[in-house]
Amino acid sequence: MSRADPATAVAAERGPAPLWTLGLLRSELLTTLRRLRALVLLGVLAAVPVLIGVVVKVRARGGGSSGAAGPAFLGQVTDNGLFLVCTALAATLPFFLPMAVGVVAGDAIAGEADVGTLRYLLVAPAGRTRLLLVKYATVVVFCLLATLVVAASALLTGVLLFPVGELMTISGTTISFTDGLLRALLVVLVVAASLIGIASLGLFVSTLTNSGIAAMATTVGLVVTAQILDQFPQLHAVRPYLFSHYWLSFADLMRDPVYWPDLVHGLGLQVLYAAVFGSAAWARFSTKDINT
Amino acid sequence: MGPVRPGAVDGVIATRGLTKRYRGGQLAVDGLDLTVPAGSVFGFLGPNGSGKTTTIRMLMGLVEPTSGTARVLGLPMPRAARTVLPQVGALIEGPALYGHLSGRDNLLRLDAADPTADPRTRRARVAAALERVGLAAAAGKRAKAYSLGMKQRLGLAAALLRPRRLLVLDEPTNGLDPQGMREIRTLIRELAADGTTVFLSSHLLDEIEQLCTHLAVMARGRLLAQGATADLAAGARDRLVVTTPDPVEAARVLKEQGAADVTADGDRVTGEPPARDLAEVNAALVAAGVRVRGFTLRRASLEDSFVALTGEGFDVAR
Ligand SMILES: Nc1ncnc2c1ncn2[C@@H]1O[C@H](COP(=O)(O)OP(=O)(O)O)[C@@H](O)[C@H]1O
Ligand SMILES: [Mg+2]
Repeated sequence: MSRADPATAVAAERGPAPLWTLGLLRSELLTTLRRLRALVLLGVLAAVPVLIGVVVKVRARGGGSSGAAGPAFLGQVTDNGLFLVCTALAATLPFFLPMAVGVVAGDAIAGEADVGTLRYLLVAPAGRTRLLLVKYATVVVFCLLATLVVAASALLTGVLLFPVGELMTISGTTISFTDGLLRALLVVLVVAASLIGIASLGLFVSTLTNSGIAAMATTVGLVVTAQILDQFPQLHAVRPYLFSHYWLSFADLMRDPVYWPDLVHGLGLQVLYAAVFGSAAWARFSTKDINT
Repeated sequence: MGPVRPGAVDGVIATRGLTKRYRGGQLAVDGLDLTVPAGSVFGFLGPNGSGKTTTIRMLMGLVEPTSGTARVLGLPMPRAARTVLPQVGALIEGPALYGHLSGRDNLLRLDAADPTADPRTRRARVAAALERVGLAAAAGKRAKAYSLGMKQRLGLAAALLRPRRLLVLDEPTNGLDPQGMREIRTLIRELAADGTTVFLSSHLLDEIEQLCTHLAVMARGRLLAQGATADLAAGARDRLVVTTPDPVEAARVLKEQGAADVTADGDRVTGEPPARDLAEVNAALVAAGVRVRGFTLRRASLEDSFVALTGEGFDVAR
C-alpha cells in the first residue's frame, strides 16, 4: 500500500506489542477462575484430601486395619502425613482431576461460542491463533493449579493430622523430610503434566461444537472411556496410547532411586497428545466459521 | 484536502460479488456489490433473514465467503483483519457478555484482546466508554444483572473503546423499548457527527429513514438498491388521495384531469397527481357531482420507494 493513511500508519508503526499478549492471558486466567464452575471444581479438589485424611485418622484411632484397599500410599499416611499428598493425588487422578480439566478445556472455546463472546474477542481482534494459544496456556495453567490445590490441601491436612518427619520410600530406604517435600513437588509437576493430554483433547473438542455443555460432557466422557478401555487386557495394543495409561506411574517418583521408564513414557505420551490435538484444534479453529 | 485515505477512494466498505452459501445449502448472501462511502451513515436495510448479519460476519472475518471479495478500509478481509479490525467497532447480532463479570471487566477483557490497544491507557479508555453510553454508575455491577438496554449499551461501549474509523452496528435497537431505541439512536447520531462512518443494519424502515444518509436494500440475500437516501426516496412519486362515496365517478374524473395510475380501493381513489393546479382538479370533481370527503396529497416516503422497487410492501412481520 503506497497510499498513506494516518490511522493505519499509527497502528502499523506501533504495531501489536508481543508482550501485550500477556494482558490477554491474564484476562483469560481471571475470567476462567472467576467462574463459579471453576471455583466449585477447585473446592471439591481441595475437599477430597481433607476427607481422606479424616477417614484415615478416624479408622486409625478405631484400630481398624488401614490400607487393606484404596488408593496407593493409604497405608503409609498414618506413619507420615506427607504421604497424604500422594494418596490424595492417586485418589483424584482417575476422575476428579481430569474431570475438572476436561470441564475447563471443553468450555474454553465452545463456551464462548455458546454465549457469543467469541465473536467479540475475534473482532477485537484477538487473532485466532493468538486466542487459541492463550486458551491453551490457560488450560495448562489450570492443570497445574488443580494439582497444586489437591497437593496443598493434602499437605496441610497431613501435617495437621499425622506425624511428619523422615519418610520411607517404596524401596524401603529413608529420605529426609525436605527431600520428601522436593519429591512431592516433583510429583505435582508430573501429575500436572500428565493432564496435558486430556487438556489438549478437550480443547480440540471445544473447537468442534458451539455448545459448551456438549464439549464438557464429551471431554469428561472421554476420560471415563479411556479408563474403561484401559481395564481390558485384550486391548494391549491400544492401552499404551491411552492418555490415562501411565497416570499412576507418578508413584515411581517415590522409589529410591527413582524408576524412570514409565514416567518417561507417560510424559512422552502427553507431548504426543499435545502435538496431535493441539494441531488439530488449530486447524479447525483457524478456518472455522463463527456463526454464533 | 488531507492525505488520501484508502477508504475514501473505493468506499470504507466495498464488496464485489460477495456470496455465502451455508453448509445446509442455504444461499444467505448472493453476489453482493456494496459500496459504503466514507463519512456516511449507511443504512443496511432488509427484512429478517435477508442476509444482513451474514454479510457483516463476512466483513468482520468471522465467516469465510463462498465466493467474492470484501474490502474494509481499503484492505482485503479477512486477510488484513489484524490491521483493519482495531480501527473498527462492531456490534454483531446483539450484545454478548460475560455474565459473571462486571460491565467494566467485560470491557477490560475485550480491550486486552486487541493486541494494538495500549494497556497503560486501558482503564481510562474503559471508563470513558462507559461514561459515553451512560453506564458509569452500573460499571461495577455484574453484566448478568443488566437489562437488555444496558447490555446493548455495553456492547456499544465496547465498540467505542478506541477512536474508530468505522462502526458496524447490526440491529442495535433490536428488542429495546421506545425509550431505549431513542437513546441508542441519539448516540449513533452523536457518533456520526464526529465523522465516524457508521454502517447500520436494520429491519426498521423508519429507523433507517431517520438516521441514514445512504442506504442499501437487501431481500433474500440480494441487493435491490443502494444510494443516497434522498435519491432513493425521490424515486417514488407523491400520490393524490381522494376519499369519496363515489369512487367510480371520481376515478373517471381524475383520469380525465390527467392523473396517471389511478386505482380505487373502497372509498379511496389514488393516483399520480397531474401537473396542474390541484384546486382545479378538486373543482372538476365537485362539478362532476363527486361528493368529496377528503382530498390530500400524500408525500412520497421511503416505503413507497420500496413498493416501487420490490413490487411489495416492506412488511417485516411476514
Ligand atoms: N449458521 C447458519 N447456517 C445455515 N443458515 C444460516 C446460518 N445463519 C443464517 N442462516 C440463514 O441465512 C439467511 C440469512 O440470515 P441472516 O444473515 O442472519 O439474516 P438477517 O441478519 O438479515 O436477519 C437466513 O435464511 C438464515 O436462516
Ligand atoms: Mg440479523
